[in-house]
Order: sequence, then C-alpha cells, then structure tokens
Amino acid sequence: MEIILKGLRLLNPDQNLDLLSDVLIKDGIIDKIENIDVSQNSDAKVFDFSGKVCVPGLFDMHVHFREPGGEDKETVISGSNSAASGGFTGVACMPNTNPAIDSAEVVKFIIDRAKGHLVDVNPIGAVTKGRKGEGLAPMLELYDAGAVGFSDDGTAVKTASLLRNALEYAKMIDSPIIEHCEDESLAGGSMNESVVSTELGLPSIPTVAEDLVVMRGILLAEYTGGKIHIAHISSKRSVELVREAKIRGVDVTAEAAPHHFTLTDECVRNFDTNYKMNPPLRQQKDVDAIIEGLQDGTIDCIASDHAPHSIEDKELEYIYAPNGIIGLETQLGLTLTELYHKGKLTLEQVVEKLALNPRKILNLEIPQFEVGEKANFTILDLDYEYKFDIKYSKSKSKNTPFNGRELKGKSIAVINNSKIYFDGQFQNI
Amino acid sequence: MSLSSNHLLGLKDVPKEDIQLILDTAITFREVLERPIKKVPTLQGKTIVNLFYENSTRTRLSFELAQKRLSADTINFSKSGSSAAKGESFKDTVKNIEAMKVDMIVCRHESAGIPKYLTQISNAKIINAGDGRHEHPTQGLLDMYSIREKVGKLEGLNVCIVGDISHSRVALSNIYGLQTMGANVSVCGPSTMIPWGMEDFGVKVYNNIDKAMAESDVLNVLRIQLERDAGVLIPSVREYHNYFGITQERIEKNNPNVLILHPGPINRGVEISSEVADGSSQVILNQVTNGVAIRMAVLYLLGTKSEE
Repeated sequence: MEIILKGLRLLNPDQNLDLLSDVLIKDGIIDKIENIDVSQNSDAKVFDFSGKVCVPGLFDMHVHFREPGGEDKETVISGSNSAASGGFTGVACMPNTNPAIDSAEVVKFIIDRAKGHLVDVNPIGAVTKGRKGEGLAPMLELYDAGAVGFSDDGTAVKTASLLRNALEYAKMIDSPIIEHCEDESLAGGSMNESVVSTELGLPSIPTVAEDLVVMRGILLAEYTGGKIHIAHISSKRSVELVREAKIRGVDVTAEAAPHHFTLTDECVRNFDTNYKMNPPLRQQKDVDAIIEGLQDGTIDCIASDHAPHSIEDKELEYIYAPNGIIGLETQLGLTLTELYHKGKLTLEQVVEKLALNPRKILNLEIPQFEVGEKANFTILDLDYEYKFDIKYSKSKSKNTPFNGRELKGKSIAVINNSKIYFDGQFQNI
Repeated sequence: MSLSSNHLLGLKDVPKEDIQLILDTAITFREVLERPIKKVPTLQGKTIVNLFYENSTRTRLSFELAQKRLSADTINFSKSGSSAAKGESFKDTVKNIEAMKVDMIVCRHESAGIPKYLTQISNAKIINAGDGRHEHPTQGLLDMYSIREKVGKLEGLNVCIVGDISHSRVALSNIYGLQTMGANVSVCGPSTMIPWGMEDFGVKVYNNIDKAMAESDVLNVLRIQLERDAGVLIPSVREYHNYFGITQERIEKNNPNVLILHPGPINRGVEISSEVADGSSQVILNQVTNGVAIRMAVLYLLGTKSEE
C-alpha cells in the first residue's frame, strides 16, 4: 500500500536534516522524499500535512503499563494506544509489574502483547529478582529476551554493593542501569519537604533523599565505568551533581518528567491526589534548575513516568493514595507549550529530548529519513491550541493534574510498523 | 453576629472577629457547665456525626459531651487505618453517612486535608477535630480561651509552644490563632522536632528551654510521643527531660510567673515534671473543661448558622 504525505517539513537533527518535501511511503518503507505529483500515484492515499513538521517518532523511555498484574489500570495495548495518541512510536516500560519483569518469560510476554501494534514496546528488566534488592536478576537472559535497560524503579537499587555489581555486569551488554533515586531511610512522605509541607501538615520527602542516591549512582558509575541513567530527576542539587559528573566524563544521563518542569509543591495545597507523585513536586528553584538542565544538556531527555492508577486508589486519603500520574498524552503538549513556545528549547532540542536521546541511551536505532528506511514518524502541528480533555484519553486510567490545561502544539499523526494513527484511528498502510 | 464560614477546618485565615466571637460565646457555655443542670436545648433536632478515623479519647469525649449539652443527636463512627484496607472507601463511608441526613460532621483523621475533602463531597457542616499534622482548631481555640481566662488578654503576650512541633497538629492551630489575636508566638524544642521553614511563619525558634521560658509569658507544652520519637528524633526520654523538660527548678530560675498549659495527655517526668504538672493542674484540668465550652460554642455557632 502506498501513502503520500504532502507538504511536510522534515526535521531530523540526527541527520542535520531540515527540508520541505513530500514523502511517499510504500508498505511502511520510505520510498520517495521529493515533491510528488499526486495525480501520478492515483492508488496512493494522500494526507495533506501542509505546514506540519515531521520528526523521528517520539520515544518515552519511562512508562508503567501495569501488565502483567494491574490490567485494570493499564495494559500493554491501552498504554500503547495512549502513547500513539500522545505522539509516541516507542516506549520503554518499567519492570514494577506483578510479577516483575525479572525473567525472560515476562519480557517475552510483554513483547508478544505489543506485537503488531504501531508502538514499539521495549521492556526494562529488573535489576534484582522481584525488585527485592536481594540478588541480581538474570540480566543477560533478560537482555537476550529483549530488555533494553535495567531498573528497580519504584525504589532505588537497595544497596550500593548490588548497584555496583549491576553496573559492572551491565557493562558486558553496554546497558544502562536506570536509577529511581531515593534514599529509603529518608523516604516515605507524601510531598516535598518545604514550608508548604509544614503548612499542610503532610509527611514530607526531602530533596536530599534524591540527591544522595544520585551521588551514589554517579560515584559508582565513575568507579566501575558503567552506565547510569537518572530517572525522573527533580531536585536542583541533583541537576548540579549530574552536570558536574558529565564534565568529569562520568557515563551518566538523566531524564525529567513534564510535571517536574511545570508544577510546584504549591499545587498540593488543595490536597488533590493527582498532584501526588514520587519524586514529589518540588519548588520553583527546582523547576528552574530542571529547565536549565534541559537547556544545557545536563538532562538528556524528557520522559513521562506515565503511572496509571485506578480512580478508587487515587480517591484514597492523601497519605494513602498511590504516587503517580499518567502522562503520555500531555507530555508533548506540555513540552511544546512550556519549553518550545516560551523560547526555552529549540525544536531541534525538543526532538533530541523526546526522540533521539532516549534511543541513544537504550542503544536503539534512531529513525532515519532516507529512502529504503522504515517510516517511523511523528507529525506535529506546532501551533494547534487546545484544552487537554481527559475524556478523550486512550489510557485506562484518568489520574492527571492536567485536565483542562491549555496547550499549544500536538501530534496529529504517528507512523510506524506499517501503520498510521491519524484522527483517532489506527490504519494499516 | 455569626461566623464568616460554614465550616471550621483550621485557624489559618479565620478572621479575628470569628475567633473573638467563638471565645466570647464560650464564656456563656462555660457558665452553663457550672450549673446543676448542664444542658441547653440549642441544637435540639440537629444530627451530628463524630467521624473518628484515628484513636482519640479526650477530643472525642469532649465533642460528644458538648453535643449532648446542646441537646443534639449524635452518632459515633470510629475506624482506624486506611479506609481501603477496611473494604469501604472513605468517600463511600461519608456518602452513606450523609444519606442518613446529618447536619454536621466532626472529623478526626490521620491524613491531612480530609476535612477540606469532606466539604467537597458532603453538604454537612464540617468541624476538623485534627487532621494529620495539619490543624486541630478547637484545641487552638481552647488554648487561647484558657490563656485569656488566666491572663485576661492575648494581644502582646509571648506564647511559646514547646515540644515536637514537626508532628503536632496543635502547634499550627496555636500559631495561626494566637498570631491573629496579636500574640507573639515562638516554638522551642530539639532541632529534629522543628519543622522546615518555621521562621517563615513569623515564629521565633528556640532550642534552649531556659531562654524560651525567660522570654515567654505562656508555655504550651506538647506531649512527647514516647514510642515513636525516642531513639529517632531524640536520643532518649531522659535526655529530652534533662534538656527540655519543664521543671519547678527551671521555672523558679527563669520565670516564676510563667503560665504552663498542656493539651494532654501528660507524660509525667518527660516533657513536664510531676511537680509542675500538679502545680499547674488547675490550669491544665481547666483546659479540659474549657474544651467542652469551646466545642459547644463552635457547634452552636455553626449549627445555628443559616446557609448562605
């Protein structure tokens, strides 16, 4: 089958490419990148994307799809639908499922569930068996089954010795260890520790709980020569630690979630559990530091930490409600609205953070805009203004603080695996 | 005269006139409590639910007694721990109780913010009887009442709250209420028990009890949670008593005129010596009586207030 995408601006910073052109895709493969006369290809389906920007398919390296074990909240398919709707053609899903992704069987199960979907689902394997912090998971076996990185996300790797061994071991396959940075003995609160937590009387989590474990990861990566990736970085001091480490040449990368560059702990004042996440919303100085870190490259990518929870779980009392919000369908809009349109990141930087760098960190191929390559595109309408409405979300869960938020810029189509998602529908192409 | 709000969620942002009105109304009810027949028909026909999700003896008894003295119909609901763990969600419980047509809910909960949440899911008038480490407004009010009763005023007084400020719901209510009434509020305790950004509340912080005592007119001494704090926030109960305990010797040395309050229950020999507790027992037990009067005042003012 042939489709023609008319009037695109093709932007791929990985190829230094910024070009106005039409694209002909044949059976999912790029067949032509040139001006195409539609009348000469009467069989082809034509999409008029005049004025729209085509970038390599976006990739979110931190999502929770809850399958197996929490299918009432999200499944591999519903999560992938949400990803496609949000403009993503690939994700990496975290291993805190039940059972955890700590065996080849679970890795294969997830890959099998995602088979045939537009969105590429790449499992992250657990660092330790059952994420219990007692012994290493079979990392080589997980890798061979398709795991693209390792994490005990939800908690940090329990001990420095386990993390050291994981970093050493993962060197054999050049995989990163993705750390949820939180010192267990300082954790356990419901919000960031600040004057706001004092005022609200909620138990709190200090930023130093994050900073300590960021530092531990950096020092161990430096010592072992392994690769550490800091998940959902949220504190100013942690950003500084990563910046200094990168200057020293440590193999460290970092991601930030949109809620950490758009919201502060002031939002907790109404005790709405849709503002409860871990790491918690910090203060304005931290938000500023995250944006600065994104600007100067200290923070390599933006990742949603998409964490679906059921309504009944989120309706629990604030101290008992689970942490996390869904984010796949607001991530791009928030990034474009708050960072691109406000002049904080260039469009090239946005593409690096949302498409190129996550794949580089996980050693995945970056989509190339060349004849003969697989079409893996996200097509953006940068100026489309809308209010995010959770009613239209494809996720099975509704836990978002961004319902009703005014956004500018969204994905209008994604193409991958010989499929297009356009106008709310998947079609084979 | 009526209160500006339909609920009492905390003392933050409660205007001076409201606090004044509650304190003055309590005087009337304090008199009722001295009569041979201690009951008035004021809230006859009103239904009040005491929704206690956390253990409480004193506060619940005090509220219950206040309700009975006002002739309200009361029902009690006690539960502890996460609502989900018990099978029914908090929201469903509240919705069920509300379906029984209640006028007011008095709520104690270990999670901060629950009283505010109640105002969103219920049409009843809500009184916060303590939420997490957040607020305990009727305790704040009764402390103010007790101080005013003893000293005759609140304005310009130096009031120091002593103990574990971080984990206290009484501290914030005291701070907000007393500041609104023109008192200077300070806190005193080991630095592990002083919460983040205390100075931002306009509160002076002491780590030295002798200094705090010398510079204060009133000490409001909070209970130390023995089982939770020893070995964690403080090395031992003994060290706490030696460095922060209120003793007769300290009072005589620093400020013989200082007024000692304690919201109870008292740990004798920990935050306060037996000698001081007994010496101040009249004030401390009077606080308990005042608590009933204050709760009667709050229940009366909210219960008879017409919805706007």
